[in-house]
Amino acid sequence: MAQESKRPFEPFVWLMFSGGGVAAALVLPVLLFLFGVALPLGWISAPDHGHLLAVLRNPLTRLGLLGVCALALVHGAHRFRYTLHDGLQLQRYDGLIATACYGGALVGAAAAAYLLLFAL
Amino acid sequence: MSAPPYVRLYKPKVRMLWWLSRRSYTLFVLRELSSVFVAWTVVYLLLLVRAVGRGPAEYQRFLDWSASPWLVALNVISLAFVLLHAITFVNLTPQAVVVKVRGRWIPGRLLAGSIYVTWLLVSAFLIWLVVG
Amino acid sequence: MPDQITMRVARYRPEQEDTPTFDEYDVPLRKDWAVLDGLNYIKDELDGTLSYRWSCRMGICGSCGATVNGEPKLTCATFLTDYAPGPVRIEPLANFPIIRDLVVELTDFMHKLGKVRPWIIRDEEQTVEEGEYLQTPAELEEYKQFSMCINCMLCYSACPVYGLDPEFLGPAAIALAQRYNLDSRDEGADERLTVLSQPEGVWGCTYVGECSRACPKGVDPAGAIQRYKLTAATAAVKSLLMPWGRR
Repeated sequence: MAQESKRPFEPFVWLMFSGGGVAAALVLPVLLFLFGVALPLGWISAPDHGHLLAVLRNPLTRLGLLGVCALALVHGAHRFRYTLHDGLQLQRYDGLIATACYGGALVGAAAAAYLLLFAL
Repeated sequence: MSAPPYVRLYKPKVRMLWWLSRRSYTLFVLRELSSVFVAWTVVYLLLLVRAVGRGPAEYQRFLDWSASPWLVALNVISLAFVLLHAITFVNLTPQAVVVKVRGRWIPGRLLAGSIYVTWLLVSAFLIWLVVG
Repeated sequence: MPDQITMRVARYRPEQEDTPTFDEYDVPLRKDWAVLDGLNYIKDELDGTLSYRWSCRMGICGSCGATVNGEPKLTCATFLTDYAPGPVRIEPLANFPIIRDLVVELTDFMHKLGKVRPWIIRDEEQTVEEGEYLQTPAELEEYKQFSMCINCMLCYSACPVYGLDPEFLGPAAIALAQRYNLDSRDEGADERLTVLSQPEGVWGCTYVGECSRACPKGVDPAGAIQRYKLTAATAAVKSLLMPWGRR
């Protein structure tokens, strides 16, 4: 008996949401702390450009960072969509909201893929 | 099933600011709003990647821009929300994921604790990677 | 300790008013009195027109749910002294239509409970001669927590998603579905999957967690729902990668 679900992609999005939540939780805090707070405030000296470039060019870094970015964006999109439902009671516009949120995540992931795979 | 003949049911409406009425609701909405700052962090990191890819001059320009007071303030707030996300996500994991080892359930605190340890190890590794 | 406490009780008399109002009653403050005892005192001594549900007065029948100072509680399990010096506000359970005073309309939940088929489903029933379905204590532990539900609806009252979207299946219904899904004697998980995997099934839940906080029996419906999301997602992936082999 097939699942007669009105929206069959929901379980897959949820899996990506969960994975994105883990990825975001493990990786983003320290990176944001380093590059968003510690470095600008001078708590640590800026890493040498050549060194950063070498780290980023490593295929493992490229793929790992791409995975984290894409999943974290899906996580954020999924959560924000439901925040609009619960917080602003906009559930009746869900078609529009879902398209905007996941579409945005897709655009972001594509940008990440371009930057990490072709622009380094 | 036919409904009993009530005089008139009163159907209460949910207020727009329902989430301010209880501390746990407010915390929930803040936790959900962390999604915006998670997305911003990704964008910010991608801007850094782009700057690095474009050469040392662009990289330096990014570093200067990142020191702007408003941006530092934004990133401090983002860091707070990203940490809120991380902590609430890890703490809720044992409720959602039940792991059995040799017929016995792993206690929730052990599961959450091991994720926190992983978090520390990953963070230490990333610091070494970037700074070292 | 003062010897009286004021109870502000929500009243709704549809034959004479359009919206609920509040009536105040001064009730003896006895250290062993629950809110329910206060309500019974009001009905016996002060105002016989007050309407409310109650039965066992010991937290097992699930009849006496109400909103006490903004929180969903069983009135038989909530003590007046915890709210001294008062006043303490008693309102009907949130998120349900109000019939009269503290009595709410629960038919929606009864429908939803039926939808998840909360009974043992077998492909083939054993005959009486074959005896009982045997179960080890370990197998019982798998679902025992979810069988503690007394259908008191405090979780629905606490759940903001249910308040915003009455189509949502809700915590108790999903927890009860899990109670049977995890029961080793049951073979009906596939049937329940269809209902639970609808958008207004488990996927409507945004893991607020208030349902588990409100539950007086420690059922942890939030945990049941998140665990089921993983089950349903795994089933979806399996049916995508291996579309054959489904009954």
